[in-house]
Amino acid sequence: MTSFHVNGKPVQVDVDPTTPLLWVLRDSLGMTGTKFGCGMALCGACTVHLDGKAIRSCVAPVSRVEGKRVTTIEGLSANLTHPLQRAWIELDVPQCGYCQSGQIMSAAVLLTENPKPTDKDIDEAMGGNICRCGTYPRIRKAIHKAAELASEGRTK
Amino acid sequence: MSASAMVGRRDFIRTGAAIGGGLLVSLYAPPLLDGTGGVAAAEGKDFAVNAFVRIGTDESVTVIAAHSEMGQGVYTSLPMLLNEELQADWSKIRVEAAPVDKAYNHPVFGMQMTGGSTTSPAEWERYRKMGATARMMLVEAAAAKWGVEASSCKVEKGVVIHTATNKRATYGSLADAAAKLAPPANVPLKNPKDFTLVGKPTRRLDTPSKTNGTAQFGLDVIVPGMLTSVVARPPVFGGKVAKVDAREALKVPGVKAVEQVPSGVAVIAEHFWPAKLGREKLKIDWDLGPNAGLSTEKMLRDFSQMSSKPGAVAKRAGDPDAALKTAAKTITAEYDVPYLAHAMMEPLNCVVDLRADSCEIWTGTQFETVDRASAAQVAGLPPEKVQIHTTLLGGGFGRRANPNSDFVVEAVHVAKAAKAPVKVVWTREDDVRGGWYRPMWHDRFVAGLDANGDPIAWTHTIVGQSIMQGTLFEAFTIKDGIDSTSVEGAADVLYGFPNLQVDLHTPKIGVPVQWWRSVGHSHTGFSVEAFFDEVAHAGGKDPYELRKKLLASQPRMRAVLELAAQKANWGSKLPPGVGRGIATHFSFDSYVAQVVEASVEKGAVKVHRVVCAVDCGLVINPDTVRAQMEGGIIFGLTAALKTEITLKDGRVEQSNFHDYQMLRMFESPEIEVYIVPSTESPTGVGEPGVPPVAPALANAIFAVTGKRVRRLPIRESDLA
Repeated sequence: MTSFHVNGKPVQVDVDPTTPLLWVLRDSLGMTGTKFGCGMALCGACTVHLDGKAIRSCVAPVSRVEGKRVTTIEGLSANLTHPLQRAWIELDVPQCGYCQSGQIMSAAVLLTENPKPTDKDIDEAMGGNICRCGTYPRIRKAIHKAAELASEGRTK
Repeated sequence: MSASAMVGRRDFIRTGAAIGGGLLVSLYAPPLLDGTGGVAAAEGKDFAVNAFVRIGTDESVTVIAAHSEMGQGVYTSLPMLLNEELQADWSKIRVEAAPVDKAYNHPVFGMQMTGGSTTSPAEWERYRKMGATARMMLVEAAAAKWGVEASSCKVEKGVVIHTATNKRATYGSLADAAAKLAPPANVPLKNPKDFTLVGKPTRRLDTPSKTNGTAQFGLDVIVPGMLTSVVARPPVFGGKVAKVDAREALKVPGVKAVEQVPSGVAVIAEHFWPAKLGREKLKIDWDLGPNAGLSTEKMLRDFSQMSSKPGAVAKRAGDPDAALKTAAKTITAEYDVPYLAHAMMEPLNCVVDLRADSCEIWTGTQFETVDRASAAQVAGLPPEKVQIHTTLLGGGFGRRANPNSDFVVEAVHVAKAAKAPVKVVWTREDDVRGGWYRPMWHDRFVAGLDANGDPIAWTHTIVGQSIMQGTLFEAFTIKDGIDSTSVEGAADVLYGFPNLQVDLHTPKIGVPVQWWRSVGHSHTGFSVEAFFDEVAHAGGKDPYELRKKLLASQPRMRAVLELAAQKANWGSKLPPGVGRGIATHFSFDSYVAQVVEASVEKGAVKVHRVVCAVDCGLVINPDTVRAQMEGGIIFGLTAALKTEITLKDGRVEQSNFHDYQMLRMFESPEIEVYIVPSTESPTGVGEPGVPPVAPALANAIFAVTGKRVRRLPIRESDLA
């Protein structure tokens, strides 16, 4: 039995401890917002937060999260109010949308660590997330926009 | 249908969030539905099934999308078309995928499908008519209620208003009464100059669900009692299972069964992970079949050799042989592009619930009619007993319109063997090695120039597999041995060459091939436009000026070319080490020109900026056009710089994103998109952004290095 928190709620799962967190989230917990893209930590579609750090859940055995806090796209905000979600909506970033959970989760860690990233910071932080539809130019703009929205939120 | 299957479907609907509940009233809009015409013929049908719009008594407005959403924005543009006429409150609009029904057949292709960059061009009239019909019936219902003339009423944001008395009734309150009326015989449409929604930048309706994890793709479908399967497929195309030892696989906790299916060996388990572990434990002897000797290296040699003689003539104008004899200068070049996988971010998958008398399928598909027919055959059921729930597609690019319905057919076979609802999941390796690629192509050109350096002869010999051979499209696309999609963008080249020949060799090779975003244009765009640059330089001409001159009788392309050149400041000085290249391409009835700025350092290419101009007729959602051009450019740059599928001993050498690499954010350039205003009918948008970028980049590389790029992907060794 592995116990951890997902989006603030305690969960217990009875699976082979080597099972990647991605499949525990999707198949055992029915939380399908986190996506499968490559299974080798190459595309970033499965990005979630483990104690506030971005990890690729497709290669993280569930044993690694024992007793820790996992945040998924479903836990980013209750009602689309996270600055990244607002920016994504304002700039209509997604096309097919499949990679966007991972993009947003990677960007969220970037903004936590670096509230005002430059283009170069963004390129570096987002290099592990692939978008086959080619929404990169909009992701870049939306991260700047989210940084702005977040700083407005803080000064209010 | 059994009770448990119903539970499954309700469960799906509830989590799918597209359908509003039991209060919805269907408005029936028959005139264009199935080509049989009349209201009488249509009235016998279940009107809830083939509606294009439902107005709920709760004021909800549900637009039923006959086409799949794979990122191209049709879940927004179709409602925009419909609501331009319906004039409901836009904030009340929802979208739902159509079930499979001939009512939703593509107006041009006669089957339910999404592809060929045709949704907007094909639905441009039908969705507006559906909206207008619904509006007229709602107005009629209000007029009858108030005892006034319909013509004395107007509509505003989902409310019918009697102008003289200011009586008001909402669409929801009129829906029941409207549903009882006969639809109007004559449905006039607005003049496009009076549009208030179409043509205005409009936020996508699907964006919120794609930012909080609630958007439902095929891979996210959960049906009660569902098992998960991964399939071991042959390592060589066309291989067969000779012997399976499943003992170790069956020992993996969670693995329920191992079953042989026509495409390979299915491991069926409680969840994905045990299924995948089980597959790794299978011991399979394969009968590799006739393709075990396939090798890219040999194919490259064979193709080049084939191209030394003309093939079947696809297009001939003037007398190119005579013109070449009189030419002051001739130049020759050969181009190569590889097999390419579509590599959608969402790997293929399909959920099947097969019962004695029904088959329900959940998948992201571009090809409902074909998939249903193929699934029905395997299930041993009539097609009407098979229903497909089209989910959102995590990318399509053509792969999810498979002529053999490979991923659907296989899943029905697995469901048959599993005797339970089952989700078949492809891993990334399965996807990359799974075939159905963009064919590899070889292009040989010979051009003749006169004493002024103007091209007087252009011959182009193309070598590559046909994607249409053996499909149900063969009869429409192959004539006299020429697959029109093999030569598109070459045989119909817009430049005014006085003497021209385009011919084709179509070798048969055991690698399954398929349409891939921009289809034949994905290779002709590159080869024609890169060789054009060679011709311009050989004749001492500016490649932009020569294009302009040879497009004298093509005003739309010429305008696009001029716009791109002007926005990119063609001819202005660039920083040292940066080169500029230009290309145009006409595809899917749209005109695109792009200018690329790039530099090369120690063989490594850096793309700094892409300027794109497009004329796609009347624009429905300008921001979607921009997004599709941006995406098409990144897609085209990935092919130009990164990807190739190669074969050795019949085996695909690539497997995942480490050796089949995608362009990443730090490699993606600044992109500017300019749209030419137009009142012509809408034309394609999803694909035309792809073809020009590789040649524009190749031409930019020549401008800065003096080295010609004649094969893709661009290799450091070719530029060093």
